Amino acid sequence: MTTASTPAAFTPADEAAVRRAIASSARPPEPSRASAALSFAWRGMLKVRHVPEQLLDVTITPVMFVLMFTYLFGGAIAGSTGAYLDYILPGILVMTVLFNTVYSGVGLNTDLTKGVVDRFRSLPVWRPAPLVGSLLGDSVRYLASGGVIILLGVALGFRPGAGPLGAVAALGLVVLFAFGLSWIFTTLGLLLRSPSAVMNAGFMAVFPLTFLSNVFVEPQTLPSALEAFVDVNPISTLATTSRGLMAGNAEVGDIVVVLAVAAALTLVFAPITTRLYRRG
Amino acid sequence: MTVESFLAIEATGLVKSFGDTLAVDGVDLAVRRGAVYGVLGPNGAGKTTTIRMLATLTRPDAGQARVLGHDIVADAGAVRRAVSLTGQLASVDEDLTGRENLVLLGRLLGLGRAAAKHRAGELLDAFGLTEASGRLVKQYSGGMRRRLDIAASLVVTPEVMFLDEPTTGLDPRSRNQVWAIVRALAAEGTTVLLCTQYLEEADQLAEGIAVIDDGRVIAEGTPSQLKASVGSGALHVRLLDAAQRPEASEVLERALGPVVLDADPAALTVPCREADRGAEVLAELGRRGVGIADFSLGQPSLDEVFLALTGHPAESTPDPGDVVPTLDEGRSA
Repeated sequence: MTTASTPAAFTPADEAAVRRAIASSARPPEPSRASAALSFAWRGMLKVRHVPEQLLDVTITPVMFVLMFTYLFGGAIAGSTGAYLDYILPGILVMTVLFNTVYSGVGLNTDLTKGVVDRFRSLPVWRPAPLVGSLLGDSVRYLASGGVIILLGVALGFRPGAGPLGAVAALGLVVLFAFGLSWIFTTLGLLLRSPSAVMNAGFMAVFPLTFLSNVFVEPQTLPSALEAFVDVNPISTLATTSRGLMAGNAEVGDIVVVLAVAAALTLVFAPITTRLYRRG
Repeated sequence: MTVESFLAIEATGLVKSFGDTLAVDGVDLAVRRGAVYGVLGPNGAGKTTTIRMLATLTRPDAGQARVLGHDIVADAGAVRRAVSLTGQLASVDEDLTGRENLVLLGRLLGLGRAAAKHRAGELLDAFGLTEASGRLVKQYSGGMRRRLDIAASLVVTPEVMFLDEPTTGLDPRSRNQVWAIVRALAAEGTTVLLCTQYLEEADQLAEGIAVIDDGRVIAEGTPSQLKASVGSGALHVRLLDAAQRPEASEVLERALGPVVLDADPAALTVPCREADRGAEVLAELGRRGVGIADFSLGQPSLDEVFLALTGHPAESTPDPGDVVPTLDEGRSA
């Protein structure tokens, strides 16, 4: 065998370079919590930059939904496709962003199968930073996919009553809510064994929550038991509020409810996620 | 100065089980500051679990350990501030480039944007990775990935570095590079705890070795102490003329003890505790006109040590020099 006699590729000069590199570093002060979380967010964005296709995955379905619901069911449900677009576009915005939250759990679960998590967990940083950071990075993804939906709506003739500012406010609120909701799926991501299990469980939760809300239809036409559920479903409140923000007639009480639910989800599930992540 | 302050790592009675499996069953370790210390054992012996406990990734079920005087459970944060871990799975992000990995770690360790970039460039240079720095790590070869992995542990020079099987699966050339890096680390005063299943690796790099099997430390000492504890060294002699072997055998046996006749018809082996006695016997052979082609006086190899200590050979321990570089090396984890 010839390989055994291969000389070391490291010359004494290389070894000296390694020694210099080792000797030259001094320990800087620890980063702030925000800085650590933002570094992890940057990591998430880099991944999107290297594999931009992953944005397509999460945008194509909602685009199909907008087209299908508007042109297939719009006339039947609301009398005209134009009238239905006004109703459904804010709803699809909600759906799009909520579907995206499931992918946050899937992404975390995929991460766990890799050795890099061990390095992150052995770093002297704020313990929830990897999780908060990756959700912040994902929030950029939520913004992007929500933005695509709004632009598509505008191209199809949707004109928010409150103008661009109203649309931006609605998008912002939906993304804030999604940030809170994501913590459920990151918890699932740490509890379940495989990315596909997280995907299945996630969509099993998100599908009924989205469809049993006022995202697609006014609840008045539903059987009373179902209507009662739709009325208390926070997704309904979110859809109503995002419609209100776009039209310029949102109720402050609704906004408070949406933000409170997001905060409550974060307060409950963020510590659970962090604890599970530390445990490994 | 107290005795403890000389120690970078001191563990007593570490225990960890996963379900019914007792992975680590009372491990004690004492590692001097600045030493390269080997933890040697076959797959599944408990090496990785031990290292993960010391790096604060896994909590021990029982026992205590201090790293640089900080308790690994009560003061885990202080431990994390002083150590770096290069795990068995590559602990770098495969979906980022090499440079991005190092910049990210620099930022997470508190370097400013410019300083993190500068440090990344410095390390990429030193580790011969500048050319590949813009490529995704998943496209790296095994050796490059390992070097990046070690560089990632050195973004801020740690006081203690945990290296879990750093050369497993590497070709000889990459292995030599990793060894050179470990030596450079030691020369700069970093304490290195090196887990390995390669006996040669521990022998080459470590000043002290703990042999671990079934979650327990079964022997501990310097490489030479371990070899000596197993038995004496041996004198191997090969004659010019195989016909003279009976005569040589008689001389050796009278002087040193029972002779083993090797498969080679011109070779003999005899236990030999002292080099002086060996030399005398060789001179005696010369006086009798027995021609010697070559001879060697050696300690038993660590392979023999492991066999003697555990009753079974170290599992899956191809000599690292025999590892054939594989074509799909870049894809292996």
